[in-house]
Amino acid sequence: MVIRVLFFASLREAVGLDLWECRVPEGAAGMRLDALLAALRQQLGAAGHCALTAENVRIAVNQEFIDGKAVELRAGDEVAFLPPVTGG
Amino acid sequence: MHDLRIQTEDFSMQAEWERLRRRLAGDAGAVAAFVGLVRDLHGDGPTTLTLEHYPGMTEKGIAAIVEEAERRWSLAAATVVHRVGRLRPAEQIVLVLTASRHRAEALAACAFIIDCLKTEAVFWKKESAGDAARWVEATGEDLKRAAKQMSAGR
Repeated sequence: MVIRVLFFASLREAVGLDLWECRVPEGAAGMRLDALLAALRQQLGAAGHCALTAENVRIAVNQEFIDGKAVELRAGDEVAFLPPVTGG
Repeated sequence: MHDLRIQTEDFSMQAEWERLRRRLAGDAGAVAAFVGLVRDLHGDGPTTLTLEHYPGMTEKGIAAIVEEAERRWSLAAATVVHRVGRLRPAEQIVLVLTASRHRAEALAACAFIIDCLKTEAVFWKKESAGDAARWVEATGEDLKRAAKQMSAGR
């Protein structure tokens, strides 16, 4: 099982990916968001990781904004990194 | 009662207006409308605006904004049509229609919805003119207007 990680707009350009699938460790039901960020650092390098952790980047889990990084993710979850939005 | 859509194709103001008016069945005395258009940047090359969204989450965000407007004002109907994809100057980006018994509620709800769409709805815009391209962010004025709208409450 995997956690799907999505990158949008300027972040997609910064990391060079629109989707990355993070494999959940064997036997584990899930992983914490900070562990996912550590895995992303390995995958994307320091520059990509730095873009994702910028202060104005918001994170959504299963299409709901979350606050803080102490979130427990489960296999099958969808995590999205969203740069500042503007519609209208 | 609202009608919310995200689409790549253009919309017809006349068709949307007629569709909303048919739903009113005499319950409204006023309809307010807002249409956003692509501005020409007059750069070194032709201007294009590319809009991107997060399918699913964007729809939920627009619905939350319109539902908040429905809590604050008594609306007979509302329509939001927002386009995504690549657009040229003078093309239509977004339509907001709000209907109520009297004009003050329709006008206030229309302004609320578009001000909140600017800062809260999950869209991204990339402007390009010739070789120059940049991701657009909400301006200080956009943020001020939306904050004022949201703190006004009722």
